[in-house]
Amino acid sequence: MKIACCIKRVPDSEARVKIAAGGKAIDDAGVKFVINPYDEFAVEEALRRKEKAGGGEVVVVCLGPAAAQETIRTALAMGADRGVLLQTDTVSPDSFETARLIAAELNSGGWDLILFGRMAIDDYNHQVGVIVAELLGLPCVSAVSHLDIEGAKGVAEREIEGGIEVVEFPLPAVLTVDKGLNEPRYPALKGIMAAKKKPLEVKPVESPAGAIEVVALTPPPERKEGKIVGEGASAVTELVRLLREEAKVL
Amino acid sequence: MSKILAVLEQRDGTLRKVSFEIVTAARRLGDTDAVICNTGDREGCAAALAERAKSGGYRAVVFGATATGRDLAPRVAAKLGVGVAADLIDLSADGDAIMATRPVYAGKALLKIRVTAKPAVLSLRPNVFTPDSRAAGVTPETLSVTTGGRVKVREIKPAPAGTLDVAEAQVIISGGRGLKEPANFKVLEDLAHAFGGRAAVGASRAVVDAGWRAHADQVGQTGKTVSPSLYIAVGISGAIQHLAGMRTSKVIVAINKDKDAPIFKVADYGVVGDLFEIVPKLTEEIRKLHG
Ligand SMILES: Cc1cc2nc3c(=O)[nH]c(=O)nc-3n(C[C@H](O)[C@H](O)[C@H](O)COP(=O)(O)OP(=O)(O)OC[C@H]3O[C@@H](n4cnc5c(N)ncnc54)[C@H](O)[C@@H]3O)c2cc1C
Ligand SMILES: Nc1ncnc2c1ncn2[C@@H]1O[C@H](COP(=O)(O)O)[C@@H](O)[C@H]1O
Repeated sequence: MKIACCIKRVPDSEARVKIAAGGKAIDDAGVKFVINPYDEFAVEEALRRKEKAGGGEVVVVCLGPAAAQETIRTALAMGADRGVLLQTDTVSPDSFETARLIAAELNSGGWDLILFGRMAIDDYNHQVGVIVAELLGLPCVSAVSHLDIEGAKGVAEREIEGGIEVVEFPLPAVLTVDKGLNEPRYPALKGIMAAKKKPLEVKPVESPAGAIEVVALTPPPERKEGKIVGEGASAVTELVRLLREEAKVL
Repeated sequence: MSKILAVLEQRDGTLRKVSFEIVTAARRLGDTDAVICNTGDREGCAAALAERAKSGGYRAVVFGATATGRDLAPRVAAKLGVGVAADLIDLSADGDAIMATRPVYAGKALLKIRVTAKPAVLSLRPNVFTPDSRAAGVTPETLSVTTGGRVKVREIKPAPAGTLDVAEAQVIISGGRGLKEPANFKVLEDLAHAFGGRAAVGASRAVVDAGWRAHADQVGQTGKTVSPSLYIAVGISGAIQHLAGMRTSKVIVAINKDKDAPIFKVADYGVVGDLFEIVPKLTEEIRKLHG
């Protein structure tokens, strides 16, 4: 099994967001960056598929700044075989541009599977994987939370409104993966040591501006100061009154 | 005036609430044609929609950022050679371009963008745009799909009858680790029932990971993003990743025994104390109102 996983470097979900001078991006100073949590599910799934097939290769691809080498090393420490960094200091806010660069890299790889996260937790875009599939002309199943593969055929489950959809698809295919698919492993010390010697190719790329331009990044509006209605069951009558008369939601 | 293509959604033959939101928002940008693509064949729908977007000379194609829309919009966008301006909470025409706002970094910031793509492909966060009275009269055209897709739907396992999807509910009662054990969610289900068919029971990740509740019910950064008119957080501490999924709710109520729990910082109304005393009493009061 030859599998590619696309991973993104994102601020840790606990990170405090401070807006940088210029008002268009976050201030990176002091922010811890991690591999996008959904992409960990992708890497884990790739490793399990390779283990099950008894051979193959798992390659991780990341578009990002030089510091994203660290993100790639994390995936290599989990067990991926090699990494490719499409290096650029500026990543376009237009996902089409990101998808185009990734698709160009993956185009001639002869992959059985190309895995993405369902979404990146920084931009919530939910689209890079699906666009790459279209650009490569491959079948695509998004938001996969359960997966079986038998030979050149796969069966996947995905959450839809009001239920779970079970779909069949032919390989090669592009999948975007959801939480619930697996439990990602922690890199062991041995893996971390091994990762240092694994191949990591750096390819400089230009990320064009695209057709989505950032005008401003601002803090969200503050929620109006709330109030503690009271303590214990005796506060419930007052709570209900406030919900009816003040908030008007009952 | 520009022409806009609105892609609506329906279930069991009736338009879903998000469809009225899509039409209302789309009309801000121009004359709107509404269509629906009624098949599990997403590849076929994407091809049909892209074809229509091109042949109809539309300025923008508008989707809901729902499970369906999140799958379909990027497929259509890719065929049109553009990206999706996704998960929008505000939009307006700006001369030749479209101005839009979207939450990023789990709601810790808002990104204002200018979309110059032609056509622009947009997706709207559900429960944010208030449908206007005109929206109710929309009669979408059903698109016919010709190409057979490579991905085939084998089966749809429906959620248990009578359960409302948290992403669609007007009232959400979410439970966390404070519930102590899975069986105790009965307390929240009783409260949900007291609201009639309007309420759903949600969950924090802690209880989903523990296997107490289904992932479909998880609210937060790695679950669903919801904006109901009333969100009641019960025995939930209010971790930043949970807030990411519910901070845009219209009214938030928190019930927690720890008065310093971070959930009280975003709650409009808080009650401090033991949920096992407070929630049954609340259920009783709500029943009286709706009884
Ligand atoms: C990458 C990442 C993604 C994540 N995504 C999500 C997500 O999507 N959604 C999510 O929810 N979390 C998410 N989390 C986890 C999050 O950080 C918290 O761990 C989780 O939300 C805690 O769940 P909880 O509030 O149920 O539990 P706890 O934090 O343990 O809180 C339990 C609360 O119950 C209260 N309590 C206990 N007993 C009672 C009682 N008898 N009466 C009243 N109150 C009581 C306690 O005071 C406490 O505040 C994510 C974490 C990471 C790192
Ligand atoms: N810069 C990037 N480098 C590599 N993969 C990416 C990048 N951006 C997005 N992806 C992949 O696309 C998925 C969806 O991202 P998004 O569409 O931005 O929400 C992520 O989970 C990654 O798998």
